[in-house]
Amino acid sequence: MLLQLIFTKQAEAASPAAPAGARTLAELDEGGQAVIEAIEAPPDIARRLMELGFVPGSTVTAARRAPGGDPRVFRVDGSEVALRRETAAQIRLRPSRPG
Amino acid sequence: MAECPAQPGAPAASPTARRPRVRRRRTVAIVGPPNSGKSTLFNRLTGVRQKVANYPGVTVEQRVGRLRHAHDQEIDLIDLPGVYSLEPRSEDEQVAHDVLTGRMPGMRRPDAVILILDSTNLARHLLLAAPVLGLGLPTLVVLNMADALSDRGGDVDTAALARQLGAPVALVSAAKGEGLEPVLEFLTGEFGVPRPVELPVIQDVPKCREWAVRVGARAGYRAPAPPVWTHRLDAVFLHPVAGPLVFAAVVVAVFQTIFSGARPLMEGVEFLVNRSGAWVAATLPESAWRDLLVEGVWGGVGSVVVFLPQILLLFLFIGILEDSGYLARAAVIADRTMARVGLQGKSFIPLLSAYACAVPAIMATRTIENKRDRIATILIAPFMTCSARLPVYTLIIAAFIPEQPLVGNLLGTRAAAMLGLYVLGFAAAVATARLLKSSILKSERTPFLLELPPYRWPTVRSLGLRLYDRARLFLRRAGTVILAAAVLLWVLAHLPLIDGAPPPLEASVAGTIGRLIEPVIEPLGFNWKIGIGLVTSLAAREVIVGTLGTIYGIEGDENSIGLREALQQDLTPAGAVALLIFFAFAMQCISTLAVVRRETGGWRWPLLQFAYMGALAYAGAFLAHRLVSAWTA
Repeated sequence: MLLQLIFTKQAEAASPAAPAGARTLAELDEGGQAVIEAIEAPPDIARRLMELGFVPGSTVTAARRAPGGDPRVFRVDGSEVALRRETAAQIRLRPSRPG
Repeated sequence: MAECPAQPGAPAASPTARRPRVRRRRTVAIVGPPNSGKSTLFNRLTGVRQKVANYPGVTVEQRVGRLRHAHDQEIDLIDLPGVYSLEPRSEDEQVAHDVLTGRMPGMRRPDAVILILDSTNLARHLLLAAPVLGLGLPTLVVLNMADALSDRGGDVDTAALARQLGAPVALVSAAKGEGLEPVLEFLTGEFGVPRPVELPVIQDVPKCREWAVRVGARAGYRAPAPPVWTHRLDAVFLHPVAGPLVFAAVVVAVFQTIFSGARPLMEGVEFLVNRSGAWVAATLPESAWRDLLVEGVWGGVGSVVVFLPQILLLFLFIGILEDSGYLARAAVIADRTMARVGLQGKSFIPLLSAYACAVPAIMATRTIENKRDRIATILIAPFMTCSARLPVYTLIIAAFIPEQPLVGNLLGTRAAAMLGLYVLGFAAAVATARLLKSSILKSERTPFLLELPPYRWPTVRSLGLRLYDRARLFLRRAGTVILAAAVLLWVLAHLPLIDGAPPPLEASVAGTIGRLIEPVIEPLGFNWKIGIGLVTSLAAREVIVGTLGTIYGIEGDENSIGLREALQQDLTPAGAVALLIFFAFAMQCISTLAVVRRETGGWRWPLLQFAYMGALAYAGAFLAHRLVSAWTA
């Protein structure tokens, strides 16, 4: 929780446009961790994402970015998956509660 | 919609029970998610006794291997494509689903299933256990990567897991060949139908997930620590600056090695070919048959076989890149570039494997979900410099470009020229993709979802199998297509008989064909002899080398004149460059055209591809000839 809080602070500092922290996976900063709330992608893609481990309730860590910043590698459920920004933006994160 | 496992058992269980150790062939399918080590297990169990075919109607590769066991019992193992679920959505999943449910035409339903899962990623991989166990077939659950699991501090109670799943569980390391006894026992023993257990509704992924986590927890599963080395390596390989540099360095090293490293081996093979040819020529009595054998077979097939070491070396490198897990990283690095031309990183993997051969590359495009992206990738794949171009490039480069160090000892002029041709092919592919994706194959950006497996050491065994397979394929091709072309050409070069004696080459049927097309290819700097080679190379690119070998073998008085020296007399430097450009662009491969037709379901795309590549090859060679002529004049 503390880690998450620290991370939220960082996210705020990095992108003032997202005051409530990262709302989607695309906004999650490198090294940041969050819990998936919902997947808002077309059914086929949503299913593929879930099969790869992006299930609501799972914790995701943003790992590194490819050269140029996109796609990004996420750690979820013991494996690493590369996603482009537009797909990451379809994965909604659970709002991090302060405290 | 719940999959109820309490189905009647597979019919296979009863006959074996009645007559144990019958000489009946058993069929067992291996199914598992991608990166679970499925093929490693398959290779481990079957060794070289395997064959690759295609499922009827689809392009998914079917690998069947045979396991021969002590009691005269033969077991056919089927390696199914890697799937995350059995929901038939992609072609791969359709095949896995159809085979396992007995709906694949012309195939009996397997007698049993080996479900292979990555033990270091069990919670996620158990997702596939629900639909597979739901089939009601006798099942063995194999947890692979036992070595990585224990190295990284993970643990699982296989007995407890077996109770949870109602099926036997074996913990193995397929790569190291450890813990395989239970697998062999399962394969040769009596099959038992899985005990019915409660399974989740397979359509509901979150529910399945909960089930998998619960099963894992009850089996005392402790997930291993994250793969530290993978993270360390990725910090370099996916680094914004170092990543692309490492990639470039790897590519350069590969080229330098296949060019200079293969030299001694190639010279060895060349020596053997020449010696045996000379021996045949000296031993057999003088006759037309002897000439056919020496000039046609040794001259034609022999000059192609010489390139075997080089091709194997290339496949070795591609195998290492693939097996180590680096290829997935290359796809991530390439995704942005690929996005710019309208494709995605996943298209990059088939394109990289097209460096070996376009045929498997085109089959590998089936992982691309978007149909238009897939066709675009299929259309550009033959631009990638395949191994069949290697003999042609090597021959011409060695004949026309003097070897000089360029960057110290790291890169010589010849390797650099070779690298340039590879870059040229890639550039043509990218430009064509851009053209296609902004016109006839326009589509919305498709999502890019790619799992990055942990890095692994490629095993000597799996690399050895790849090379063995490739060598066999290459030699078979040399013994069929190339041999037939060489013999046919030799005959055509000796007809029509004038007063019972063969005509001069120029007046022969082959020569006439060559001279017929000479006016067309003259602007490119090619004479009629090269023309004959161009015609025969329509079957397969490397045939031109064999053809020239045969032609010069017939022409040369004592077969003493080397192919390289002969070429230097027949081609100007400008013509040589034009020939290289021509081969870089032209679609001279019947196997590729056939695969494209099957893949795209008609002649429309392969014909377009053939015409487009041919036009580009002609225009490129024409321009190159003009430019180099003007420059050297």
